[in-house]
Amino acid sequence: MNTKRHKHSSLGDNLLTVFVVVFMVVFVIFTLYPVLNTVALSFNDGIDAVRGGIYLLPRKFATKNYTTVLGMQNLLIGAKITVLRTIIGTLSSLLVNALVAFVISRKRFLFKSGVSLFWVITMYVNGGLIPTFILFKNLGLTNSFNVYWIPGMVGAFNILVLRTYMQGLPDSLEESAQLDGAGYMTIFAKITSPLCKPVYATVALFVAVGQWNSWFDAMLYNRMKTEFTTLQYELMKLLSSVMQQSGSAENAKNGTDAITPLTIRASATVVTMLPIICLYPFLQRYFVTGLTIGGVKE
Amino acid sequence: MAGNDAVVKKDKRITWKEIKRQKTLLIITFFVTIYGIIFYYLPLSGWIMAFQNYKPKNGLLHSTFVGFDKFKFLFEDATFLGVIRNTFCMGLLNLVTTTIMAVLFAILLNEVRHTLLKKTIQTISYLPHFLSWIVVTGILHDSLSSTGIINDVLLNLGIVDQAVNFFAYPKYFWPIVAFANCWKETGWNAIIYLAAITSIDPCLYEAASIDGASRIQKIKYITLPGIKPTFMILLLMNIGNVLNAGFEVQYLLGNGLVQSVSQTIDIYVLKWGISQNDYSLGTAAGIFKSAVSILLIVIANQVAKKAGEERLF
Repeated sequence: MNTKRHKHSSLGDNLLTVFVVVFMVVFVIFTLYPVLNTVALSFNDGIDAVRGGIYLLPRKFATKNYTTVLGMQNLLIGAKITVLRTIIGTLSSLLVNALVAFVISRKRFLFKSGVSLFWVITMYVNGGLIPTFILFKNLGLTNSFNVYWIPGMVGAFNILVLRTYMQGLPDSLEESAQLDGAGYMTIFAKITSPLCKPVYATVALFVAVGQWNSWFDAMLYNRMKTEFTTLQYELMKLLSSVMQQSGSAENAKNGTDAITPLTIRASATVVTMLPIICLYPFLQRYFVTGLTIGGVKE
Repeated sequence: MAGNDAVVKKDKRITWKEIKRQKTLLIITFFVTIYGIIFYYLPLSGWIMAFQNYKPKNGLLHSTFVGFDKFKFLFEDATFLGVIRNTFCMGLLNLVTTTIMAVLFAILLNEVRHTLLKKTIQTISYLPHFLSWIVVTGILHDSLSSTGIINDVLLNLGIVDQAVNFFAYPKYFWPIVAFANCWKETGWNAIIYLAAITSIDPCLYEAASIDGASRIQKIKYITLPGIKPTFMILLLMNIGNVLNAGFEVQYLLGNGLVQSVSQTIDIYVLKWGISQNDYSLGTAAGIFKSAVSILLIVIANQVAKKAGEERLF
C-alpha cells in the first residue's frame, strides 16, 4: 500500500511514524509494567522483596505469599460473597433492565415517553449519599447481603443501551408473532431476547465488572458484618493497614517469616484481578459494541 | 433522547381495549416504577434535612427547621471552600487530561497499519479499566514508593539525589490523581473515538491520497473533523460529571499530609455525614454538588446550542 505514496513520504510523515512507534511502546510499557511487577513481587520471597530492585521477574522465588493469602479467613469469605453478588446482581439486573427496555421500546406502549423520562431524570438527579444511607437503613438493607444487588438493580444507562438496541430490531417480527396470538412475554422471551444476545452480553459485562470491583457499599453498609465482606474491601483493608509501612526494611528484618506486607499485598492484588484479566480479552467485541451504542447514538 | 418518538404515529389514545392489550407491559411498568420511586425519588425527600437540625430520633417530621443555616455554615467554613476548589480543579484536570490522552491514543493507534499489532495494543489498553480503584491505587503506591520503579528511574538518571515520597507533598497530589485516571481509562475512552474514526467515509482518505495529501494532513483535515461531533457530545456529558469525578481515588490515595488538596465534596459529605453524624450538613453539601452539576450541564448545553454544535437535549 505504500507504493502509491512513495513520492509523498515526506519528513513530516516519517516523524509521525517515529512518534507513533515511540508513543505505543511507552504506552504499552506504562500499562503493563505495574501489573507484571505486581505479579513478580507476589512470587518473591517477602524479606528479599523489601530490598527493592525487583522488576519483571521474582529474584527469590516463593509461593509462601499465596499460601498465606489463601489461608486468610476474611479473604475467603470476601471471595465467596463477591462471586455470589456478581452472579445474583448481574442476572437480576439484566432481567429487569431488559424488561424495562422492552416495555419502552414497544411503539404502541401508552406511557412510552413518560416512563423514559422517569428513568432519564434519575441519571441527573439523585438524593445523594446521606439520604440514600438513611433510606437503606430504614428499609433494613444495611447489614445484609441484599444491599449489594437490590438498590443498583435498575439503572437508566443500561436501560438506554438496551432500548436503543431493541429499537433497531425490525417491527415485522413482533407484528407477525402478535398475529399468531403471542403475548408480550412470549415475544420478549422468544423473539426479542435471542436477538439481543450481543447487547445482553454487553450490559451483563458492565454490571458484572461493577459488582466484582465495588468496595464502597461493603464499607458503608456492612462494615460490622464480616460475613458479608467483599474481596475488594478485604484487599483495601489489607492495603491501608500496611500502607504506612511500605518499604520499611526494619519492619521486615524483625520478622522471621518470609512474608512481608509488600508481597502479601501483591499476591492479594493478583488474586483479586486474576479472574477479570483472564476473562476480558474474550469479551472485547461485546463491550466495544455496547459502548458504541450507548455513547455515539445517545 | 427524543427524535425516535417523533416517528411514531400519534394515534395513541388511552382506551380500555388498548389497556387490556398492554396489560403485561403495564404490570411490569407498575412494579418497576414503584422500585424507581423508592430507590431514586424517595431519597430526594431527604433534602429537607439540609434545612433542619436533623436528629435521627425525631425524624424528618419532627426535627427543627433552621432555614439556610447549614448552607451558611458551609460557605463560612474555609475547609469547605478548599474542598470545592479541590473537587472542581481535579475534576477539570482529569477531564482535560483523559480526553486529550484518549483522542491522541485513538488517532495514533489508527496510524498503526499492522492489524494484529493494533489489536494487541488495543487489548492491552483496556486492561486497567477492568481493575478496581483499590487495585490501581495499590499498584500506584508500589510504583511511587521509595523502592518503586519511579524512584529507581529518577535516582539512576540522577534527577533526584534521594528517593522522593510522592504522597507526602501536596504539589504532587493532583498530577498523581490525573495520571491515575489517564492510566486507567485512556484505552477505554478511546473506544468511542476509534469507532468514530472507523465510521469516517474511506473515500475521503482515498481522495486525499490522490490529491497528494500527507498522513499528517489527512489527520488534520479528515480525522479530526470526523471525530469532532463525538468529542463535543462526550465533552457535554462529562462536564456535568466534573464534580462527580472525585471520590474513590482521592479517598484511597489521600492521607493526612495532603488533606488540604485531596479532600473532595464527596469525602467531605462522608466525613461529616456518616462519621460525625451531622446528616444535615452532609446533605447540604450534597445538594450543593447536585445543583452545580445540573447548572453545568445546562450551561454547557446552551453554549453548544449557541455555537451550533451537537447537544444533549
